Amino acid sequence: MATLGDYLLVSGLLFTIGFAGVMLRRNIIIIFMSLELMLNAANLSLVAFSRYRVGPDGLPNYNAQVFVFFIITVAAAEVAVGLAIIVALYRARQTTHVEDISSLKF
Amino acid sequence: MPALLFWVFAALMLIFGAAVVINRNPVASALSLVISFLGLSALFMSLDAFFIGIIQVLVYAGAVMVLFLFIIMLLDLRAEERRKINAVAFAGGLAVALALFVQIYFVVGQLRAAKQQFPALPAARTDDVRAVGLLLFDNFNLPFQIIGVLVLVATIGVIVLSKRELR
Repeated sequence: MATLGDYLLVSGLLFTIGFAGVMLRRNIIIIFMSLELMLNAANLSLVAFSRYRVGPDGLPNYNAQVFVFFIITVAAAEVAVGLAIIVALYRARQTTHVEDISSLKF
Repeated sequence: MPALLFWVFAALMLIFGAAVVINRNPVASALSLVISFLGLSALFMSLDAFFIGIIQVLVYAGAVMVLFLFIIMLLDLRAEERRKINAVAFAGGLAVALALFVQIYFVVGQLRAAKQQFPALPAARTDDVRAVGLLLFDNFNLPFQIIGVLVLVATIGVIVLSKRELR
């Protein structure tokens, strides 16, 4: 059986991959997918902690799983709105490359 | 779940997660993301969180990925042409990401709980849909209602954003 640390490390590695995607890629859709990876890495560590913390009734602590449920819902709403913004952006500028969209850049 | 299966699914998730970032073709990235989320859902089930695992498959591998593929094909994005990469920015981004992972590694290494096994559950008591549902509608009823409003706002926002001329 894998330990809690294994799950936390895998979750940290997934978060790092998503973070690297946000830092390194210039395609706005790929950046968005990397954001999803980071959200899911957080979910994995939440569920691992939930399973680790077994209460006196012998059940995992389900509060964390309710929290994960909320995160998934918010992420789905975020994806819908974000992709609508990307479509509106593409209509205005005909690009999904972040370096072509620099009006607000300092 | 045996340790071998954990590492198989973790490797599946991480390799395809890396493929999301590495692929130049957005469609290939989106499909890699599906495989990565399926691996993640298997990890959830290995932690006896069957409800969250199923929700993960339904919401991410089902709805969100269809949305991503739909937008990619609507915008007719092809593999992006190679542009000159700013080497300093690339190295900086990679260094920051690596520093983040090194920090996580040492924090997890120092955590005493991280070295312990998961406590065993009494058999046949993982009716987690019921437990999560009771918590959701009882203790977390107000956040649940607020989430409903959030989804409504998102729906209206998407309709407004998708109109032909934005004002």
